[in-house]
Amino acid sequence: MILMSEIGGERNDGLAHGKLKGAVLRSYFDHNATTPISEAALAALTDCLRQAPGNASSIHRFGQEAKQRLECARRQVAAAVGAKPDQVIFTGGGTEANNLALFGSVRPGKRHVVTTAIEHPAVLNPAQELDATIVPVDGQGLVDPDAIRRAIRPDTALISVMSVNNELGTIQPLGEIHAIAQEHGVLLHTDAVQALGKIPVPMADLVTVSAHKVYGPQGVGALIARVPVSKVTFGGHHERDRRPGTENVAGIVAFGAACADLHFGTPDLRDLLENEILARIPRTRVNGQGAPRVANTTNLWFEGIEGEPLVIGLDLKGFAVSSGAACSSGSVEPSHVLTAIGLSREDARSCLRFSLGRSNTREQVLALVNALEPVVARLRKLSPAYV
Amino acid sequence: MSKPTIAVAMSGGVDSSVVAGLLHREGYDCVGLTMQLWNQRRLPELATDKATGRCCSLDDVYDARAVANFVGIPYYVVNFEDRFEQHVVKPFVDEYLAGRTPIPCTLCNNFIKFDQFLEMADGVGATKIATGHYARIQYDEPSGRWQMLRSADATKDQTYFLFGLTQPQLARTMFPLGGMLKPQVRELAVGLGLPVADKPDSQEICFVPNGDYAAFIDAYFKEQGMAPDRTAGQVVTPDGEVLGEHSGVHHFTVGQRKGIEAKRQKPEPLYVIETNPVTRQVVVGANRDLLRAELEVDRINWISIAQPATAIRAEVRIRNRHTPSWATLTPTDTGVHVHFDTAQRAVTPGQAAVFYNGDLVLGGGWIR
Repeated sequence: MILMSEIGGERNDGLAHGKLKGAVLRSYFDHNATTPISEAALAALTDCLRQAPGNASSIHRFGQEAKQRLECARRQVAAAVGAKPDQVIFTGGGTEANNLALFGSVRPGKRHVVTTAIEHPAVLNPAQELDATIVPVDGQGLVDPDAIRRAIRPDTALISVMSVNNELGTIQPLGEIHAIAQEHGVLLHTDAVQALGKIPVPMADLVTVSAHKVYGPQGVGALIARVPVSKVTFGGHHERDRRPGTENVAGIVAFGAACADLHFGTPDLRDLLENEILARIPRTRVNGQGAPRVANTTNLWFEGIEGEPLVIGLDLKGFAVSSGAACSSGSVEPSHVLTAIGLSREDARSCLRFSLGRSNTREQVLALVNALEPVVARLRKLSPAYV
Repeated sequence: MSKPTIAVAMSGGVDSSVVAGLLHREGYDCVGLTMQLWNQRRLPELATDKATGRCCSLDDVYDARAVANFVGIPYYVVNFEDRFEQHVVKPFVDEYLAGRTPIPCTLCNNFIKFDQFLEMADGVGATKIATGHYARIQYDEPSGRWQMLRSADATKDQTYFLFGLTQPQLARTMFPLGGMLKPQVRELAVGLGLPVADKPDSQEICFVPNGDYAAFIDAYFKEQGMAPDRTAGQVVTPDGEVLGEHSGVHHFTVGQRKGIEAKRQKPEPLYVIETNPVTRQVVVGANRDLLRAELEVDRINWISIAQPATAIRAEVRIRNRHTPSWATLTPTDTGVHVHFDTAQRAVTPGQAAVFYNGDLVLGGGWIR
């Protein structure tokens, strides 16, 4: 049985505020969506809210105290990504940082962006507001650096390639792409939201990171800017005049604490999960298995199964997993990442993503597979598949 | 024995919210599911200010989620957009182009709500489904059949749209509101404290804003890259006299008076009698030309009785708002031949003909 739940490392009674009957012990296998805040980050957050209530821009001691904590966090985040503190621009999350990277790098006559088909919408959608070339990926979910090279034009301002894909966990060849960018005098941005805390953050001119993927709070992120960027929102002169608005000091301090507490995990539990599923559930396959992957993520295809009832069925049994990307209503659309690696819309619907994290245990993994096996069998027994 | 787990189809409206609240109060394990059927961001030219009351608007999903949270049941949104387009929207458009007037709600009930949704319920481990439809289901011991009856609230009865339900589907379906009057449902919503208690009813076909089918079809053509004027043609009399031009047969339905432009004034008002997709002609005539005593019904589903071998008497409803009228139903190779005791106005190909005996829904099919 599941002995502990993920969130906060204690039994989750998220249900208990509800009037839900028969509270279920929950285990969380969706760390690429968000991670529960760590004790260290939570302590930093509440301590800052209590002890440093000032506005970091104020001249008085309250302001100075807040500013000190803010700058300490800046050093912590910089250290985690291998950058200088003054290159860290705090934002309200990864999406904002990506928007700043893209819109802040283009200028009249240079509005072309080269990006990939497997980016997060937080890159794809701003890119499409500009002039974008979307480079395809191979069947393993890897970008071909030569394809990036071929897409560069005289008016290309920026290449934007994610470091690690959120759905597959595939690690992109950023080193080669960085060399190509330098060779052509084009800026390189990488959305490293899924890389931080899992692998060393790759070198790029602009790097996006986010707190809530590394056991920090939601709503805090940063753009690491090794080159000048133009601000895209207007107001005060915060963040060296690159991102206006009073800083979310407590959130940023918690982000700093989270960054001081990163440790790359091993793939042991993920491999156990993969091997157990592949061994016990027939007609399954790992997406992106042939590519280098981060240690915590696996994306599995279950032939002839609808991912959506599978996710719901598992949730009702207390296991949080993910299928595709949530659309605005909260339902699941076939993943653009999975169709980009060559899956049909039907097959893309038949995939689940499991992303592991710190408090997952061997027992949880085995319990998950025990729960999954009969649900898959039941769904496969039902009718000759959906249309 | 514990009560079965029930998947409640929640639209965010009052009716399905009351269903969720009631069943939960009665001690059933409920799972609330909202079907995402149509992406309202598509066909932006049809956008209206009124975002609610159409399926899958974000406001309705928000409401459904709020009700589920309030009631205290698990809740999920499930995506049926591809299937809805395949089984409802495309056939709807095709039928219009074929000169018939389709009923998307029936297609949706047959192919989505009581088919895909039931499978989804299976998938999540629910043995029954419940919806906020106004109709009654009962098991008839002597015949061993599940029967369908008109709802207690005659003004709300939805059996016309539910004639396609099969015995296995009926066996697993609950319509908790079938025995209630709408004001009672509203009272229950207030009594249960539901956050949607005063939300207005939705009326129109969910994916068609303002009930403007023709505008929907035109916009859909455009999205699919099809020529918008491919169904334009002539307005003619039954004798073949050309009265004018029209911009597409899908703008017309049998019995319609509005929108007929004749070059020459006629002594009496003109109504659409027939639309012919092959010649692209819209045939118009006088009101009396719309009267028909006989029609053919195909693809029949018998619900409360087994398929009859000989002629039977039944009340037949040929439109949702039509008052069922007595007729003799004679079996044919493909369905039944309906002979009304008195001729009925505007028998419309593509609509359903549903057979009743009092409250009992005998079955129904599609008008050829």
